[in-house]
Amino acid sequence: MSEDLAKPGWKQIPIAGVPFKKATEYHTGDWRTFKPVIDQSKCTKCLTCWIFCPDDSIVWDGNTVQVDYRYCKGCGICAEMCPVKAITMVKEE
Amino acid sequence: MSWINLRELAKKRSLFTSGHRLCAGCAAGIIGRLVMHSVPDPKHVVVVHATGCWEVAGTIFPYTAWAVPWIHNAFENAAATASGVELAFKALKDKGVVKKVPDIIVFGGDGGTVDIGLQSLSGAIERGHNFLYVLYDNNAYMNTGIQRSGATPRYAWTTTSQVGKVIPGKLEARKPIANIIAAHGNAYVATASPAYWRDLMEKARKGIEYKGPAFIHAISPCCRGWRFPPNMTIRVAKLAVETCAFPLWEYDPETREYKLSPPSLAIAKNPKLKKPIEEYLKLQGRFAHLFKPEKREDLIARIQEDVDKEWNQLLELCGIT
Repeated sequence: MSEDLAKPGWKQIPIAGVPFKKATEYHTGDWRTFKPVIDQSKCTKCLTCWIFCPDDSIVWDGNTVQVDYRYCKGCGICAEMCPVKAITMVKEE
Repeated sequence: MSWINLRELAKKRSLFTSGHRLCAGCAAGIIGRLVMHSVPDPKHVVVVHATGCWEVAGTIFPYTAWAVPWIHNAFENAAATASGVELAFKALKDKGVVKKVPDIIVFGGDGGTVDIGLQSLSGAIERGHNFLYVLYDNNAYMNTGIQRSGATPRYAWTTTSQVGKVIPGKLEARKPIANIIAAHGNAYVATASPAYWRDLMEKARKGIEYKGPAFIHAISPCCRGWRFPPNMTIRVAKLAVETCAFPLWEYDPETREYKLSPPSLAIAKNPKLKKPIEEYLKLQGRFAHLFKPEKREDLIARIQEDVDKEWNQLLELCGIT
């Protein structure tokens, strides 16, 4: 009994669950079956893929469009919506 | 020039970050990014979440995909929580603790908005709190496994409106939630589709800047629940607008006028552009029973009739006849 009393009570418990880690530490890229590959010679840098990427994994540095494979789940929206068909979905080996 | 300059905007990382665990191809992630990129001041924003897929997938303990202050309370009280947040910041501002009241954005799914959270949302709008409520409408309770909701369209298959010999999916029509909110009279209301991203971002900015309650009803195609391949999300969101199953419009509380947005206005001006509803239905597996084993022309005609009726009503509201 005295041991139980020594345990922290409800007043010590945080009032709500607080997620404290950044989701970016969790790499969702390993969900992928097909990966998008950008043909840089066809790419017109219209950034349509960037708009429609649900995972924010299209990276634009001001010059080229790249895919951040750490997070890309391989949904294929970018390849479907690319107006010049510069993105192809390639099966992961 | 518009504030939307893609090449500049794309250099910024989203406030809803990568690493969230929404399904591949989920439209909620796209809507979230577009809305968060429309925030005028990223340092002064608070996000409130109703329970739903997005709340769960965005913040799986101990991870959070939100780079802004974020609060989740329960299914039924997202709007009430937002009211509290607004009042708390107002009190802190009066005491001189904070300099300004942040923009408050609420995200809720159709279950948490159309069914469970409707009373708290209606109350918060009536009280005139200053917040933007974004409803991402995936047409069912997708988080718990595709159960029918008040937003599920007629004849859609869900796990609680099974398709069989007796019934062809959900028998009832969906609730016109955006019209219900517009009927309050004091809220800025808009419908949006992620396929028309510029339109969605402009509406989000307008909603945030409006001094009072704002509500955006965004269609959020769900590849798992609607049964289509994940790469077709945006195509489906686009067809919903092109077939007038989900027309885009705005309601201005100051003039009390409804206004069609450009993609739908083009259809109103040239009715030839309006695609038959069949094109929208046949992409989705939840409507597969309308096409297989034999084509149910009667049921498709009924859905088309619903769509036409709602569309004509909307045209009347917008003063186009």
